[in-house]
This record gives sequence, structure tokens and C-alpha cells, in this order.
Amino acid sequence: MRIYADNAATTKMSRQAIEAMLPYMETHFGNPSSLYTLGQEAAEALDAARGRIAARLGCEPREIYFTSGGSEADNQAILSAAAIGARRGKRHIISTAFEHHAVLHTLEKLKKEGYEITLLDVHENGLITAEQVAEAIRDDTCLVTVMYANNEIGTIQPTREIGAVCRARGVLFHTDAVQAVGHLPVDVRQEQIDLLSLSAHKFHGPKGVGALYARRGIPLTSLIEGGAQERGKRAGTENVPGIMGMAAALDEACVKMEADAAYVMGLREQLIEGLAKIPHSALNGDREKRLPGNVSFCFEGIEGESLLLLLDQKGIAASSGSACTSGSLDPSHVLLAIGRVHDVAHGSLRLTLNAENTPEEVQEIITAVEEVVTYLRKISPVWRDLENGKRQYIL
Amino acid sequence: MALYSDKVMDHFTHPRNVGIIENADGVGEVGNAKCGDIMKIYLKIENQVISDVKFETFGCGSAIASSSMATEMIKGKPVAEALELTNRAVAEALDGLPAHKLHCSVLAEEAVKNAVRDYYERYGIPYDKSCFPDCENCAHCH
Repeated sequence: MRIYADNAATTKMSRQAIEAMLPYMETHFGNPSSLYTLGQEAAEALDAARGRIAARLGCEPREIYFTSGGSEADNQAILSAAAIGARRGKRHIISTAFEHHAVLHTLEKLKKEGYEITLLDVHENGLITAEQVAEAIRDDTCLVTVMYANNEIGTIQPTREIGAVCRARGVLFHTDAVQAVGHLPVDVRQEQIDLLSLSAHKFHGPKGVGALYARRGIPLTSLIEGGAQERGKRAGTENVPGIMGMAAALDEACVKMEADAAYVMGLREQLIEGLAKIPHSALNGDREKRLPGNVSFCFEGIEGESLLLLLDQKGIAASSGSACTSGSLDPSHVLLAIGRVHDVAHGSLRLTLNAENTPEEVQEIITAVEEVVTYLRKISPVWRDLENGKRQYIL
Repeated sequence: MALYSDKVMDHFTHPRNVGIIENADGVGEVGNAKCGDIMKIYLKIENQVISDVKFETFGCGSAIASSSMATEMIKGKPVAEALELTNRAVAEALDGLPAHKLHCSVLAEEAVKNAVRDYYERYGIPYDKSCFPDCENCAHCH
């Protein structure tokens, strides 16, 4: 039996989304820029998809720019806001220490170009406050970029409050909402969001397609030069099938959102309660303000990659923020940002559930994790030292 | 292609010589928890031959597989021969490791050497200090 519990990495495409894509590969395969009927049909479909996505976010269709995904949208949002700021002599940007690398690496690039970056502390619970943002804003601040919900520990930031602070102070507010759109109700007008990134494959749409919402009047900087697609802000023939799939997936996710969230939160609670019984373990991130399907734990005395591999052997797909899975020597910057020390952060496990998971699967995950953690601790010299009192327990 | 070879997966999921030796003649520990891997190797030595070897490892799949393979390669061998164990030989015996995991085989080599050095120290056996790596200064953790 295979249990997929890594929905924050990607999701299985919904049947509706696949069905929505197929005609635009087979019959209506025209290029939206072509003048003949086949092309214009594709252009109309594209407009309709743009309208549907805009309606789900509470914005105008012309405020939606299709991209290759969340990373591109993050890059374009931040670089655009930075360019606007530079034209007014404002080169200070506020963000958090646990953003996605698509945001952090873009900010690092800007830092080399002379921008000043303030990264707010996300505290032990993985949350920032609007007050922190208000205190950090300066006369030369051109952008606040704070993720809607964290991809590793699932904590949901007070976006509405941050939006209000930014609007009142005249500072652009971008949010990387890749983990939130389709899972949480998002309304860019009510929450006073100026720029927002989303990615289709996180809500059962196709990979390689996403969107950037940019409030009317915010001039975007092109990352890709060429044709006049996307109102001249994103060259390249539109990924029509992908965009149709994204629109269908988002519609479906939003219709089912309330019911799915309630069901998935039940599974989440069952999983958290089960894993919390493993001694010397701890939940990462706030207990309440977290995504419906996110469960993130640290287990002392073991390393995350071996945990993942053994879970995979048992048919369970999960993820970890250990160094060995990140490809660097340091464990996840998110876990370090919430104050987990290296020793503990190496032993992390992220399980992200969705509405296709069942209580039986959750029970199976709990049993499997208990077995694997016990086994790895048995062969771990760190665990032996902890047990013998040669090393102090942290969790 | 899978991340790891079948050999690595075999030694990772069914590690050989796991455990500890009470009253070991030599114990070697390398790595640290901050970096995410620690290997500890225990040797029982009779007549200059490694009669038994056990290991404990905190680390990723390739770290566990590397320690398992290293213990198999030195078990029953004369101490002097164990000192000739190289990380390359461990990696090759595992049918290769991904480039970013090669340091795991280095740790296995160093753990074996540290255990042998510990044995020499305990029994006052003279040895050539240049044969032994200085783990604290290796690039892995710095």
C-alpha cells in the first residue's frame, strides 16, 4: 500500500483539471496570439481562465499575470517592487527569516545590488506579528514580503493585519501564497495585498504553471523579454493547457475548501496526537495557526533522511528538513529560524495530508513512524548518550 | 535512477554488525550531531586481528550503509590491514555513492582509524601518528 503524505511538495492532479487541459492539447491547440479562429478560441479560453482565477482571489482579470510557477512569480514580484522603490530612492525591504528560497535568494541578489534587507524573527511558534512589521518599516522601505503560510511548518501569518499596516504606511506588500491558495480563503482586496504568488501544482493542478497577482497600477518588471504576451510583462507563448488546468483545479479546490479543510484538520489532529506520544519529540510551529494538512515534527537522536528512506520502504512518502535532504550541510533554514538547534533540526519529518488520505492511513503512518524512530534510535550513538545521561535531552 | 545503489540500500536497511562491544579494545567516534552524522566503531582485537567489530551511527542512509560496509571489510582482518581501509574502497564496495554523500565514506574510514588508534593508545603500542586523520579539522564540519 502506498500512502502519499507529501502534499506540500506537490499534489496529484485532479481528474477535473486533467479533463480541462486535454482539449487544449488535442483540438483547441492554437496559439492565442494567432489571428485565425483556432488561435482566437485559445485566446478566449485564456481570458475565461484569467477571469475565473481573478474571481477566486477577489481581483480583476487584468491583475493576473500567468507565470511558470510560484518561484517565477516570487522573483518578478520582488524585483518589480525593488525597481519601483529604487526609482524613488527607497532601497529597504522587510521579509522573514523563513521564507521560501525563491524569496530569500532573490533578496540576497538585491542585497548585493545595494538594497538593505531586514529579516523579521519568526519566534518559536513560527509566527510574526503586524506590530513587528510596523516597527521595521522605515521611510525608505519599498516592500514587505511575508509568506501567507510556511511550506515546512505550515504556520499561517496574519496577512490581513500586515496588509493593513503596509497600506497605511504606503509600502507595497507581497505574499508568497503558494501553500495557501486553494487551501485557505484568500481575498487580495480585503487583505490589502498588492502582490501575490501562486502555483497550480500545490492545489491539484499541473506543474510548471502559476500566476502573479499585481494590483492595478503596480508596474511590473519583465524577467523574460520577447513577445507581448501577458500585457508585455511576461513574454513567451502562454501555457494554455496548463492555465486551463490551473483554473479548473482552483475552482474545484475553492468549492470543496470548507469541507476538505474540516476533514483534513481532523486527520491532522489525529496524526499530531499520535506522533506526540513518541518520547522526546516536538511539533514544529504553532498548534492552531497552521495549514489544515501540515504536521511537522522533530525527533531527537535520529537523522531525517534515514527516517524518510525507511518510511519509503514501508510505502509512505514524506519529507524532511534534514541537511542530507537539503543537499547542504545545514538543516532547514525554517527549523533554524524557529530556534531548533542543529542536532534536533536534523531529525525532522514533514507530513502533509490532503482530503484523499484516510484515518486508517494516518494510523498506519503513526505506527510506521514509531517503528522507524525506535529502530534508528537503537542504532544511534547520540540516542545512547542521551539515554546514559552523557548528553542532555533538548526535546 | 534511484538516489542510492541496491548495495547501499541493502546495507542501510539490513546493516551488518550493529551494536556495541562491552570491554572493547578500541573505540572510535567521528563527526558531530550538529553536522548530522556521528559514527562510532567498537573493535575487539585478539592477536592483532579484529575478531569482532560493531558500530552505531546517527546519520543518513549512506552514513549507515558506509559504516556497515566498513565493519564488514575489516572484520577478521589484521589490525594493520584495517588501517589501509580507504573511503574510496568503502564507496566502491557499495557500488558508489552520490557525490554529495562521499563524505559518509570518509567518516567510515576515519571512524575505523580512530578505533585502531584508540586500541594502540590503550595498550601502549607505538604507532605512526601521521597515519591518522584529525577529524576535528576536516572540511566536513567547517
